[in-house]
Amino acid sequence: MTLKRAAAITGIAEMRPQKSADGLSTLGIWADVSRQAILDAGLERKDIDGLLIGPPIVEMTAMWPAHLGEYLGIHPAYQNVVDLGGASAAGMVWRAAAAIQAGLCNAVLCVTGEASDVETFYAPRARRPNQQLPYREFEAPYGPMGVNSGYALIARRHIHEYGTTSRQLAKVAADQRTNACANPEALFYGSPLTIDDVLASPLVVDPLHLLEIVRPCTGGAALLIVSPEMARRSGQTPVWLLGAGESSTGMMLSQYETITTSPIAVSAPKAFAMAGVARSDIDLISVYDCYTITVLITLEDAGFCAKGEGGRFIEEHDLTYRGDVPLNTHGGQLSFGQPGLAGGMSHVTEAVRQLQGRSGERQVRNCELAFVNGNGGIMSEQVSLVLGVE
Amino acid sequence: MAEYQKPLPAPSEVSRPFWDGLTAGELRLQKCEECRRHIFYPRSLCPHCLSQRLGWVKASGRGTLYSYTVVRRAMNPAFQTDVPYVFAIVQLQEGPRVTTNVVNCTPEDVQVDMPVKAFYDNITPEMTLLKFEPA
Repeated sequence: MTLKRAAAITGIAEMRPQKSADGLSTLGIWADVSRQAILDAGLERKDIDGLLIGPPIVEMTAMWPAHLGEYLGIHPAYQNVVDLGGASAAGMVWRAAAAIQAGLCNAVLCVTGEASDVETFYAPRARRPNQQLPYREFEAPYGPMGVNSGYALIARRHIHEYGTTSRQLAKVAADQRTNACANPEALFYGSPLTIDDVLASPLVVDPLHLLEIVRPCTGGAALLIVSPEMARRSGQTPVWLLGAGESSTGMMLSQYETITTSPIAVSAPKAFAMAGVARSDIDLISVYDCYTITVLITLEDAGFCAKGEGGRFIEEHDLTYRGDVPLNTHGGQLSFGQPGLAGGMSHVTEAVRQLQGRSGERQVRNCELAFVNGNGGIMSEQVSLVLGVE
Repeated sequence: MAEYQKPLPAPSEVSRPFWDGLTAGELRLQKCEECRRHIFYPRSLCPHCLSQRLGWVKASGRGTLYSYTVVRRAMNPAFQTDVPYVFAIVQLQEGPRVTTNVVNCTPEDVQVDMPVKAFYDNITPEMTLLKFEPA
């Protein structure tokens, strides 16, 4: 089965990330970006017959689709929560396309984001239930620092196995900040950053420095994914789903076969094979970057370089929007901000903007094919996409 | 003695023998009676072959350090007095890996792949955690 050209993204919306909620509610943010995405796609509310939601990380409840459906006054024939952490947005794209291909619906609104900030995000969650999850019994007693310590363990092992250096990792953050400085919507717009600045920031969880770690914030984003017929009538440049692949491992690193190779080694080849394109055809790499090490592992496992060569690849290429390997041209989440699962969606919205030629100062020339990767948990859930324009 | 503030494991019916073993000063692992592989964390079935014929065996308590990080800012305030501390994954001689802390040394002494041995940390009268120290 293929999903190649089964559907296209014709509308996007994205709230400018902000450091704190300032009285906004998660549902209110979702409603706002939903409305903007519907308008951006040139549709009307009555056209929306599918709804997929990426749940908030901090605020937990059941039946999110019904909450948002009521708020917006829509009555979808197909609705669900896509609970793949940071991979949810990319996961929504192919799930929407599959539902459209199956004839279940024609226009799927995909929404995520949340009202959050650093304090809420890192607040102790001791009172939460689920005491019986293995994580609570076999990891929490040892004092992990959220998922930060997990990615630090991956980075440490990668350094040990392949000789990767902190300077190579820091370059990801620095190049992405250059991109953010060409994106007025980014949280860290106007604050340039050098490799030395990154290395001079405090070590939080060795070997990761503060500026290699994503900042939780408030924001939201939405996509409209429509049938080929609707896409052709939309008036927007349709961004076609050309390839998709998904794979996962687990939740606790101790349970993984290896922590230096991720399930992207499975999901990305599937996406490229479905699309029928080569790595060298890709004009934009837009991949999840909760930490610098995430980008390095993604570049290796998606096949942009050989395993273990990620550090050297980063060193040898200019990852900015002006460079030979444009990567995370919106700044990545490290510099754009991470508004819950909308951080993961930012890699999709940026790919759409670039492919539609509406990225302004940071527009990549002749951008026709993009590789997008969503990552949830600690390299747990992986969704790879190839998106393109005619 | 001050009350223990850090998260405590809540043993289940399935995991109880593991925790009882630590209290008795030994590391006990499940072993699958069909595929003969050791299992961690304790489960109701074997993650390698889905067999439900599992037994408990005494393990060596020996292993190597698969990876580690030095936590310099605690997320849970109860760990604040411990920073910097070593949060790690140990590769047990028997095969499985476990999340743990490396103790009885300074963070500077810690290296990937170094040999380690079990250290049974009696954190409360009822609960002992499996930690490791340089071997």
